[in-house]
Amino acid sequence: MPEKLIKKMKRQIVHAAYLAGEGHVASAFSILDLLWVLYDKVMSFDATRPDEIYLDHFVLSKGHASLALYAVLAEKGILADDSLNNFCQYDGKLGGHPDCNKILGVEASTGSLGHGLPIAVGMALGSKISQFNNRIFCLIGDGECNEGTIWESSLLAAHHQLSNLCCIVDYNHSTDRALDLNDLAGKFKSFGWEVLSIPGHDHQEIFHALSHRHPHRPLAIIAETIKGYGIKSMENEPAWHHRSPNAEELNSMIKELS
Amino acid sequence: MSMRQQFVKTVESQLACDEKIVLLLGDIGIFGFRKAFHNFANRVYNIGILEPATIGLASGLAKTGFIPIVHTIAPFLVERSFEQLKIDFGYQRLGGNFVSVGASYDYASLGCTHHCPGDVGVLQNIPGMEIVVPGTAAEFDALFQQSYANGNPTYYRLSERENNKSQSVTFGHANLLKKGTLATVVIVGPTLDYALPAIEDLDVSIIYYTTLAPFDGLMLRNNLANSGKILLVEPFYSGTLAREIFSAVYPKPVTIDSVGVPREFLKHYGKANEHDQAIGFTCDNILAKLEALING
Repeated sequence: MPEKLIKKMKRQIVHAAYLAGEGHVASAFSILDLLWVLYDKVMSFDATRPDEIYLDHFVLSKGHASLALYAVLAEKGILADDSLNNFCQYDGKLGGHPDCNKILGVEASTGSLGHGLPIAVGMALGSKISQFNNRIFCLIGDGECNEGTIWESSLLAAHHQLSNLCCIVDYNHSTDRALDLNDLAGKFKSFGWEVLSIPGHDHQEIFHALSHRHPHRPLAIIAETIKGYGIKSMENEPAWHHRSPNAEELNSMIKELS
Repeated sequence: MSMRQQFVKTVESQLACDEKIVLLLGDIGIFGFRKAFHNFANRVYNIGILEPATIGLASGLAKTGFIPIVHTIAPFLVERSFEQLKIDFGYQRLGGNFVSVGASYDYASLGCTHHCPGDVGVLQNIPGMEIVVPGTAAEFDALFQQSYANGNPTYYRLSERENNKSQSVTFGHANLLKKGTLATVVIVGPTLDYALPAIEDLDVSIIYYTTLAPFDGLMLRNNLANSGKILLVEPFYSGTLAREIFSAVYPKPVTIDSVGVPREFLKHYGKANEHDQAIGFTCDNILAKLEALING
């Protein structure tokens, strides 16, 4: 069932990218399993009121993978099913990067890398001050870990013992070509985080990791993922970082995802 | 009492009566806020020296219903954190308060890294960002209390130097100090004492601004001297307010000159008043510029 559902969402994603002539499809495929398990099995939220502050929240820091978030929100009934067909249209609400002013269920307007995690740290601190028993989840990219604000906010989260914060790192190694992050788990650990490393497309492992909560430390989940996972010609292919399929490619992808 | 001492007093008092306030200090003002640290331990933080993440964190606090106040030195608060101010607060339409010290060259002796005459010009580029430049400690107190919880991002520019006498100020409104015919002098915050002794006996309109965004264009339009000649007295880069002035009086043609900080790096140290002399921020120069404008 989850496999069929994931394939269905991937078909929606490639179709939306095809219609828009736009999209970071490979990045969306990299994180889709993580997001699906998070929303389906872990997060506590009200689909009609996802902005309730005492419930769990998710910040997509690598905003360019927005198509994955839209697909999951649509599957969960937070977005209308056909919304993805308006992806990146002039009057549409679903942009190439998510916008919290337009979409109920999107927690932060991201796109500039390095913004989402500091925001999530603030949300976690606010929840802690308010003594809510909720959790704040944030997903960042490995390339995004080049940004100084990731490490600034990592210091803050550990120092303030934000055990209600979980940062998922989509470690698909796509920017190793620029800066090799090497032992990313060790880096977060040295900053004072609880760290779990998991295969990022294994739903059981994802669930176990997301369900973990250290009593004092923020949790970093280093998820080993494959960029473009599910479409052989797209997997780890840099050319697919920011492009949409043409009609022929779309047909072939739909077939592969059926 | 200095503006900074007033800032401590005002925020301490508000912390006691507004449980939504969270104060984030960039490792400055720690001694001044020692009572606040003790009395409001879960809402007062020495956050450290990481300004962009601090602004992001502040926006997360705002998302969870708090009213953040971030305080550090102007160039690091504004210029280093510009993108976070722009996106995390401006674009996301969140309320927050950003209180700087070290206006323009208040920290003259520390050199260029600690000068910030560009803060107001930079922040004018963020739609919805409110900008407050009080002229005295009492004016800061009044303006802060009127605006800190209004749900918008607001920048307060504290200055080491201030006017001797406070005006009765209202957030979003300018004060008409005098009406005249030969020219209009627009004076901002702590520059009033530089300008007023030189020009108060002349037949000019004098308008005093402490809120720069939103800009009270109506006050200027309604009290513009017939000559259409305007002198700006600005404690930041010269000409920063020119766009606001043109918009306010359009389509009336105007001639503008400015006494402000020249757009060049100030490479000397010393005291702020030595820089005043060097760049012409003096009573004599303000009068000379105004007379040249009127007679030109």
